[in-house]
Amino acid sequence: MADFKLPANSIVRKGKTFDAPEGASRVRKFEIYRFDSSNEENPSVDTYFVDLDTCGPMILDALIKIKSEIDPTLSFRRSCREGICGSCAMNIDGANTLACTMAIEDVEGDIKIYPLPHQPVVKDLVSDLDNFYKQYEAIEPWMQADKEPAGGRERLQSKEDREKLDGLYECIMCACCSTSCPSYWWNSDKYLGPAALLAAYRWIVDSRDENTEERLKSLDDPFKLYRCHTIMNCATVCPKGLNPAQAIAETKKMLVQSNL
Amino acid sequence: MSNHGTSHFWVQRLTAVALVPLTIWFCFSMASLPQMSHANLSAWMNSPFNATLMILVIGVGLYHGKLGLQVIAEDYIANTSKRVITNGVITMISVLFGVIGIVSVLKLSFGA
Repeated sequence: MADFKLPANSIVRKGKTFDAPEGASRVRKFEIYRFDSSNEENPSVDTYFVDLDTCGPMILDALIKIKSEIDPTLSFRRSCREGICGSCAMNIDGANTLACTMAIEDVEGDIKIYPLPHQPVVKDLVSDLDNFYKQYEAIEPWMQADKEPAGGRERLQSKEDREKLDGLYECIMCACCSTSCPSYWWNSDKYLGPAALLAAYRWIVDSRDENTEERLKSLDDPFKLYRCHTIMNCATVCPKGLNPAQAIAETKKMLVQSNL
Repeated sequence: MSNHGTSHFWVQRLTAVALVPLTIWFCFSMASLPQMSHANLSAWMNSPFNATLMILVIGVGLYHGKLGLQVIAEDYIANTSKRVITNGVITMISVLFGVIGIVSVLKLSFGA
């Protein structure tokens, strides 16, 4: 059965509090999930008071400030700080998003930051995304074409066919969508999840790819594809504004058409 | 349909669409009966049209319900053997209710 109760060693306790420096006038409270998989201790939520007068505008700026000035033990992933690498995906104010593109002022009240939901935690805000990447690999995200293009040239694509990839190719594999999906929480071992299925559809509709039928066939499975119940959390949280649920619905439609 | 995934998805939608007019017809028919008595129902089911649609309401409704319950079992029961057993029980109960319903309609229809 799905687990509805947390195991005893994952019950979240209250952690340490780090006060703001004296004289700070514009202070925001950050509550951040802490956990270290290398020891036996339960997770906790530490409280940090950050002076916004000496901090950049984004959540990631606050995390970097906390790590470099307040508590160097805090762990999180980050790289590009402009919403293109997907490293800093985490759960902020109850929704998955990128810390680098989420402004501090857009969060009302205390700012609660947790790792991506329902994934094993390596440390603090760093989730183990091995399964997520394996699922991406499973849909074979590369072009498959046996025929050589005419005249030894590159594979040409009409403007219309290229436009079919808009809203699909922009995915940065940050895992915000898949880890926000309840179906993925319950069945991530079998259900591919919105990110991998969006990527699968991106290759299904690519006019240059010759394995459309095989790709569709490999998804015709009650668990790989049909665990999507159009809950739409994926489209709500996608920091790039994409709609994986629509790509999944289109894939289902193509499968029905090819089976009828 | 070759694979379970797509056929399940498609039949669930087909039965859902079929249930829209069937349910509306069923509700209006029941509301228009002067009284919910055995004699009234028996007389109403005497019409082959009513009896046939009533059998469809029961059959399509239970089949749609069975498909829906199967999805819930697949969602929440991770253990394969427990899931297969649950789905078997769901199918048996649906068939049982379906047969009881259809026999009841026929009995009423033939005035037994």
